[in-house]
Amino acid sequence: MIIARIIGTVVSTQKDERLEGKKLLIVRPINLDGSDTSGYVVAVDTVGAGFHERVLVVAGSSARLAQNMKDTPVDAAVVGVIDTVDIMTPEK
Amino acid sequence: MQLARVIGTVVATVKNDSLRHRKLLVVQSLNKDLAPQGKPLVAVDAAGAGIGELVFWCRGKEASFPFKREDTPTDCTIVGIVDSESHVSRE
Repeated sequence: MIIARIIGTVVSTQKDERLEGKKLLIVRPINLDGSDTSGYVVAVDTVGAGFHERVLVVAGSSARLAQNMKDTPVDAAVVGVIDTVDIMTPEK
Repeated sequence: MQLARVIGTVVATVKNDSLRHRKLLVVQSLNKDLAPQGKPLVAVDAAGAGIGELVFWCRGKEASFPFKREDTPTDCTIVGIVDSESHVSRE
């Protein structure tokens, strides 16, 4: 899973019927220090995440293993809203 | 599967119900010389790993196999702990 920030939303009226009722978000992968990386992914929201929140994004076929996502045609899903990330400082 | 070092933890209160009670750790993948390689990832823990430990992790759909198989949305899971660095033999 990657850590990403929500940078936008996508509105789509005409889509696969199994995607009806699902919220589509544009997320950008970020580094551990919170800085942005390049690129973006359109991901389906499964947790009710909001704009600019740090979230966990699962990619690939595992994305549809999330609850309420069975048999949906997606390859990226937001599965968690991150409260904190604690990183060990190197001791060397 | 790849070797990695556990370098941190992630706390997420609001998450997909199927990730409930799962421990989330930040792992840094390592090359064969155990030097960092690539970006850190968030992994679900299936082995009871802790910070600083050398582990190996599994990617893709297979990452959900240690758990309820069709029900755990993870693409990165720690599936084993390496006994020690000296237990990694390489040419």
